[in-house]
Amino acid sequence: MAAVLETLETVKSVDVDAYKYGFVTDIESDRAPKGLNEDIVRFISAKKNEPSWLTEWRLDAYRRWLTMEEPTWARVDYPKIDYQDLYYYAAPKSMSGPKSLDEVDPELLRTYEKLGIPLREREVLAGVQGARVAVDAVFDSVSVATTFREELAKSGVIFCPISEAVHSHPDLVKKYLGSVVPVTDNYFASLNSAVFSDGSFVYIPPGVRCPMELSTYFRINEQNTGQFERTLIIADKGSYVSYLEGCTAPKRDENQLHAAVVELIAHDDAEIKYSTVQNWYPGDSEGRGGIYNFVTKRGDCRGANSKISWTQVETGSAITWKYPSCILRGDNSRGEFYSIAISNGRQQVDSGTKMLHLGKNTTSRIISKGISAGRSSNTYRGQVFAHRKASGARNFTNCDSLLIGNACGAHTVPYVESRNPSAQFEHEATTSKISEDQLFYCMQRGLSAEEATALIVNGFVRDVLQQLPMEFAVEAQKLIAVSLEGSVG
Amino acid sequence: MLEIKNLHAEIDGKQILNGLTLSVPAGEVAAIMGPNGSGKSTLSYIVAGRSDYTVTAGEVLLNGENILELPPHERAARGLFLAFQYPVEIPGVTTHTFLRTAMNAQRKTRGEEELKTADFIKIMRAAADKLSISQEMLRRPLNVGFSGGEKKRLEVLQMTLLEPRFGILDETDSGLDIDALRVVSEGVNSLRSKERGFLVITHYQRLLDYIKPDSVHVMSQGRIIKSGGPDLALELEKHGYRDIVASAA
Repeated sequence: MAAVLETLETVKSVDVDAYKYGFVTDIESDRAPKGLNEDIVRFISAKKNEPSWLTEWRLDAYRRWLTMEEPTWARVDYPKIDYQDLYYYAAPKSMSGPKSLDEVDPELLRTYEKLGIPLREREVLAGVQGARVAVDAVFDSVSVATTFREELAKSGVIFCPISEAVHSHPDLVKKYLGSVVPVTDNYFASLNSAVFSDGSFVYIPPGVRCPMELSTYFRINEQNTGQFERTLIIADKGSYVSYLEGCTAPKRDENQLHAAVVELIAHDDAEIKYSTVQNWYPGDSEGRGGIYNFVTKRGDCRGANSKISWTQVETGSAITWKYPSCILRGDNSRGEFYSIAISNGRQQVDSGTKMLHLGKNTTSRIISKGISAGRSSNTYRGQVFAHRKASGARNFTNCDSLLIGNACGAHTVPYVESRNPSAQFEHEATTSKISEDQLFYCMQRGLSAEEATALIVNGFVRDVLQQLPMEFAVEAQKLIAVSLEGSVG
Repeated sequence: MLEIKNLHAEIDGKQILNGLTLSVPAGEVAAIMGPNGSGKSTLSYIVAGRSDYTVTAGEVLLNGENILELPPHERAARGLFLAFQYPVEIPGVTTHTFLRTAMNAQRKTRGEEELKTADFIKIMRAAADKLSISQEMLRRPLNVGFSGGEKKRLEVLQMTLLEPRFGILDETDSGLDIDALRVVSEGVNSLRSKERGFLVITHYQRLLDYIKPDSVHVMSQGRIIKSGGPDLALELEKHGYRDIVASAA
């Protein structure tokens, strides 16, 4: 409850169009020439001193991308993107390679401090919360710092920028990169494969329970620059890891492109819990600026009894196109998707999940909470599929939509297909509005209109918030209230 | 305490209150009775500040201050409480959370410090016990799946915790069996004091057997058409509203 009250403090302290993380860091950066062609792909690969197999892999992706068309099936509307008018690589000039924290440009450290992400381990240790989180901080196209690496290495956990893993653990990268999201998977995934810049690499050895939360913090700073990060997480047999990503970007009048790919692999008896708090700049209330967030996230429950759980709190971005999915390949494997997607102003969200049941007795659970306010549009799009051999497959889906005001829209688009007669799929969906009765009741008890809305919304999303790691649940609660400010007329 | 002067109000162009005047001094309980559709519940909504009604004339003074310009939550923070005829469900928000949020919200509006968790729990438990409200019930989402009696007891619990200067009970007796009616009435009676006033809206004399009013007022077509002492309620019970309404028309 303290969190709700704190939330309300936050709501009060900011203006309607205020996005807290909208500042720009003034730092000299090294950019690739504008536009996209094979030379740019080679330029990026050369910048990272990549082996030739990876350069070829990128070029192959680029050539395939040229033959593809941008998808148009999502319920989002935006002007055509000119892919030749973007920068595909930007790095702070001071960063020529991985360095120790002491060598990191103080301006960068200050940026992360301002964002509330302490990169100095001793500061984290001194923190009041007691919970320790290892952080990989990605600034535009490069990782600037990764904390707690030595301590993690003691238990055999590898947590480093993917650009570094290419050199330090080439076999693992080669084996798993593109094994869940193939180069040709979709338009944005192919683009990402060609020009991906940086991101995190995680490997948890057999039987190891990762001793702390891992997280990556993405920050877009440069103008007209796309961010194309790539995350690869492998949980070997019987291991466990909980991972969280957060994202912010400066306020800019033009739209910026973010096309990420995340691949998760869970072997026998392994479990990966992946949480996202997405707070990219959403644009202003008139729909100017904001991030185009076109993301492909997929987990492969490759082994028997493996489990992958996606939890997302989506409050940012002008456009969200994102479907974190699970391939339930191993027998008895389990996939989960818990989502809170909030849209306000002119934001457009088309998000959901895919649960592909391939193995026997595989189970999945989808809980989606969409909240639309302002003049936004919020679509849940989900697919549940059972293969002919997936006997005993079970899915439970619950999609709830909450509308605030009269100018927004909510849509639910479920695709359900079963090719096995023993599969059992359940789907529940509701759409509701915050009623005048509820608001008046709360206000009669002393809550302001905004406090009342925040309380009702927090109640609506409670099942999902409970899935987030404790420290982030509080953060998410605050974010929800801030995202909804100005939504009460 | 509460003074309503010549109050006119409408909704969607339809006149609901027609020059209603009523005064309830501190320490007193006034009962409003009247036939269906006379505007009794509307009166409670308008005094509490529900926005769908438009006040076209008149004043509502709480402790001498005109509260008609204030949003509902500021009226609440000044000590106005409305026990709803139909308490509203809020899924996902536990009763416990709601109570604490409401208490602290009012304190904040008044510029007071928030309650410490331990103090809140102590106060809440004591008050809940008196109304036979279990701790289990307080952990459930607000009013969701509560029986009629549970909802009304919870309204009285909220009134107890929020310690209002003035309480309006809108048909608190509706949907209650005799046992629940007794518990609820005892809860209200225990809050009666020299500083606090109440307005009790009811259809039936039955409630007034438990909550003894100082004055009784009959409402019809948006105004008070007759006022009297406790005996007036008994008279109404015997003869119905028809004669009084007819003689006022």
